[in-house]
Formats: sequence, structure tokens, C-alpha cells
Amino acid sequence: MAYSSKVIDHYENPRNVGSFDKSDPSVGTGMVGAPACGDVMKLQIKVNEQGIIEDARFKTYGCGSAIASSSLATEWMKGKTLEEAEKIRNTQIAEELALPPVKIHCSILAEDAIKAAIADYRRKHGLAPQKDASRDERKVA
Amino acid sequence: MKSGLKFPIYLDYSATTPVDPRVAEKMIPYLTEHFGNPASRSHAFGWKAEEAVEEARAQVAALVNCDPKELVWTSGATESINLALKGAAEFYKTKGRHLVTVKTEHKATLDTMRELERRGFEVTYLDVDGEGLVDLNALEAALRKDTILVSVMYVNNEIGVIQDIPAIGEICRRRGILFHVDAAQATGKVDIDLGALKVDLMSFSAHKTYGPKGVGALFIRRKPRVRLEPQIHGGGHERGFRSGTLPTHQIVGMGEAFRIAKLEMGAERERIRALSRRLLEGIREIEEVYVNGSLERRVPHNLNVSFNFVEGESLIMAVKDIAVSSGSACTSASLEPSYVLRALGRSDELAHSSIRFTLGRFTTEEEIEYTVAHLKTKVAKLRDMSPLWEMYKEGVDLNSVQWAAH
Repeated sequence: MAYSSKVIDHYENPRNVGSFDKSDPSVGTGMVGAPACGDVMKLQIKVNEQGIIEDARFKTYGCGSAIASSSLATEWMKGKTLEEAEKIRNTQIAEELALPPVKIHCSILAEDAIKAAIADYRRKHGLAPQKDASRDERKVA
Repeated sequence: MKSGLKFPIYLDYSATTPVDPRVAEKMIPYLTEHFGNPASRSHAFGWKAEEAVEEARAQVAALVNCDPKELVWTSGATESINLALKGAAEFYKTKGRHLVTVKTEHKATLDTMRELERRGFEVTYLDVDGEGLVDLNALEAALRKDTILVSVMYVNNEIGVIQDIPAIGEICRRRGILFHVDAAQATGKVDIDLGALKVDLMSFSAHKTYGPKGVGALFIRRKPRVRLEPQIHGGGHERGFRSGTLPTHQIVGMGEAFRIAKLEMGAERERIRALSRRLLEGIREIEEVYVNGSLERRVPHNLNVSFNFVEGESLIMAVKDIAVSSGSACTSASLEPSYVLRALGRSDELAHSSIRFTLGRFTTEEEIEYTVAHLKTKVAKLRDMSPLWEMYKEGVDLNSVQWAAH
């Protein structure tokens, strides 16, 4: 399988591998996927008092494209507000990494992981979950 | 990088083998010099080609101890299997319409069986045990009065396990049921004696035994005589079994490859056994590693291992200096893990995390050492990135987790 140079780069030099303390109140954790499918992503965000994602970490069990998608997600989330991060679309990830059709589902999982992490943070802080407008316009290549 | 090592290191000999230089050398004159059609009876070009074809036929026969007259040339094991299964089923269908095979067979067998089902035959696909072996009692129980053919592969391409072909042959012969064996992965690795085996049809491939791709053979027993309906019609070549001008250079290649195999198989097997032992030893120093398939009833050339908590395609990417194959879904066109590993009862996760290493004639000690060291480093790196490894280390029972699959 030929990988794009960007996927290879994220795979060789993944950004933000690691874990935050799940119980830390400023941390939101999202775990999506299933081992039976060959893809599990754990994405964590650290949110400051201004509601900005100041740091992010990921761990992924999955192919090169899955690892790259989640690595990229952590890069993009940093410095964004929760609302801004929620707008990250799988299509953007897929385009940035030049994912072939058979790997698009990796980018979808990454988008799900972002939303799961944010939802977890919101839940911890008693915030109302945002209406997920993106689901209606989700595109699968 | 060590000197002497050529990258990528090839450890995918079960996928295909390089043509042995000696084989290539023998083939070339038949491309430009002795290019005659072996069926041309009227001149020296034809006679020379025919001579070479018959010499090769004798060489293949010698490796498997059969009569050269019992061998028919084909374009490869896939064609041989098609001819054997369709040919026999169609010829003997008035005797019965039930066929038996195994879930772990190569797609050439399984897909041909599906086609026969579409044509109105009934097929039983036997399970294998956790080691990948067929239960002889289950096989016997599956045989019926209307069973006309059983097909079992000698050596499995994914896990390298060896089925008990002699015993299965006895069972089938007792009941007058035809027995076909796919020996594509077996030649040059296990001793095959068609003088002793109660096998009626056997399929061979050249490119798995250091011969060229695009040529194979089918053994069709003459005593007792096995009849087949030909699948390719035309000039009546190969006693009507398989029409088409014989590719002299390809056939010469297969003959020479099998001649070398007969000569060198014993010593080669032992050399490879030592190498694969070292590979397994090294791999076992890694935690949470599972060998797929029986270690005892297995060719030493094959090592199929699952690395828990690491996904197969990412592992192959990690060891990109080494050419191997994976039973992972990501590396097949569908998103399903290997059906062979599934048939062993392996969980989807372990099937996803598997790597098949197959060693061969040109594998060196240095390549094995490099592979072991490389694997250790890369598996560790991937486990550092794995949420499943993290959970395992924390003592979480992954079977108890509610996954949010999409």
C-alpha cells in the first residue's frame, strides 16, 4: 500500500503521543472504535479556563492512516475553542493526508474521537451537549 | 545499516520466490534459440522443444515419485486446482454431487467450490482445530454415499501447517472417493511420495519453488485411472486434458526448479529450521506474542505470529525494511481479517495483529538477526502509541470494555 508522505511523516514522527490523567478536571477523554474493527483511538484534550484547548494527546491502535489521522487531529485541536474544534471535518483530515477511499473511515473515526473528547469534557463540567450539526452534513468520500 | 544486507529483506517466500539463477539460465535458450513449438512434429525445432518438455516432465515426476505420463502442464496451481475440481466434479456428477473441503484452503479451491455450488453441487467446508489441523473423525463423518471428491491442501500458505495427507488418502480410497491435494506450498518443503500416498489428483506451482510464475502442473493418477472433463479446449494438447501450446521455457524452468528442489531439499530444510528457530526465539522475547497454527505439524519455513495490542498494517509499515505479509484486514481489500486465522478461532484483534514471516533459500542469519532487533524496537514503539496496550498494562480486562464502534 502506498502511503502519502504526510501519512508517513505522522507515522514516523507522531505528534502528541501520550496520556493525560483522566480524572483531571481540565481533561476530556474520548475513546472510539473497537479492536474487532482494527481501529481504536483515544484522544484527550486539556482545556484552560478560557475554554481553549491548550494541549492534546492521542493513542491509537490502527493502521498508518489511523495513526496519522489522530496525530493530525491533536495538532489541529490545539489553540482552538471547543466549538471551533468541533467543526473539524473528517474530509479536511482526509484531504490533508491524501487518504485513499479505502482509508476514509480512519478520518471519520478521528472526527468521532474529537467529538467524544469534547463531549466528555462538557459532561464533566455540566455543560449542555452541543447540537451536532455536523452529522447532517457528514460526507463519506 | 549492516553491510551485506540488501533492503528490503525478503521474508515473504510463501507469496512467491525469486527464480533460482540456475533455473533462469536453463530457461533462456528456449526463448530465443530453441523456440520451436513442442507440438511441431515435422522438424528439429519442434523435436528439440518436445525433448526439453519431456525432460522437465520427468524432473517434476522425480520429485513427487509419479509416472511422468501422469503429469499435465498448466499455467499454475490455480489452473490445476480448477481443472481438478471442476473436471472431476463434472465427470463424476452422475455418481454423486457432494464435495468436501476445508475452510482454510486457498481461495483457488474455495472460490472454485463456490462456483460448483452455483452449478448445483453441494459442498461441505470442514472446520479446523485451534492448531489449524483437520480432525480426521470429523472428515470421515462428513463423507456420504454421494460424496465424489475431497480436497485438502498439503501445506497451508498462511500458517504453514501440514495436514495428514497419508491418513486422509486412506480414508478416501477405502470409500472410493477421489482425493485432490493442493501441493503448491509443499514442493521442496515436505517429501511427497505419490507412490505411497493414496492421492488421485495433486496440483503443483512452479513459482513457490524457485521457478517462474505462470506455470504449474496437475498430477492425474492412471492406476486407478482418474477421469476429468477438460476445462480448456483446443488442439487437444496434454492428451486432451489441457489444450494450448506448451510454453517450453516456462516448463524447462519448472523442471529445473524441481530438480534442484529434490537435490537440495533436505539440507535446505535444516538450514531454514535453524534460522526460523532463531527468529521464533527472538520474537518470543517480546511480551504478549502468539504463534498462529501448530508448531509441531508445520513447515519450518513459516512463522505466523500475532503481536497483541498492535495493529498489523501499522506493524508492517513499521518494519518496512522487511517484506512480509499480514493477516490484517487493512491489507486486504475488504475490512475483514484473514479467514484462515478466523478459522483457528483467533479473535479479530489477534487476526488483525498478525504477521506472516516465510523464509527461503536465500535467507541469511544476518537478515534474521536484523529482523529480530528491528521487530523488538518497532513493536515497543507501536505499543507506546497503543491505548489497548496501556489498558492491558493498567490491568483492564479488554473483553469487558464497551466499545463505541462506528
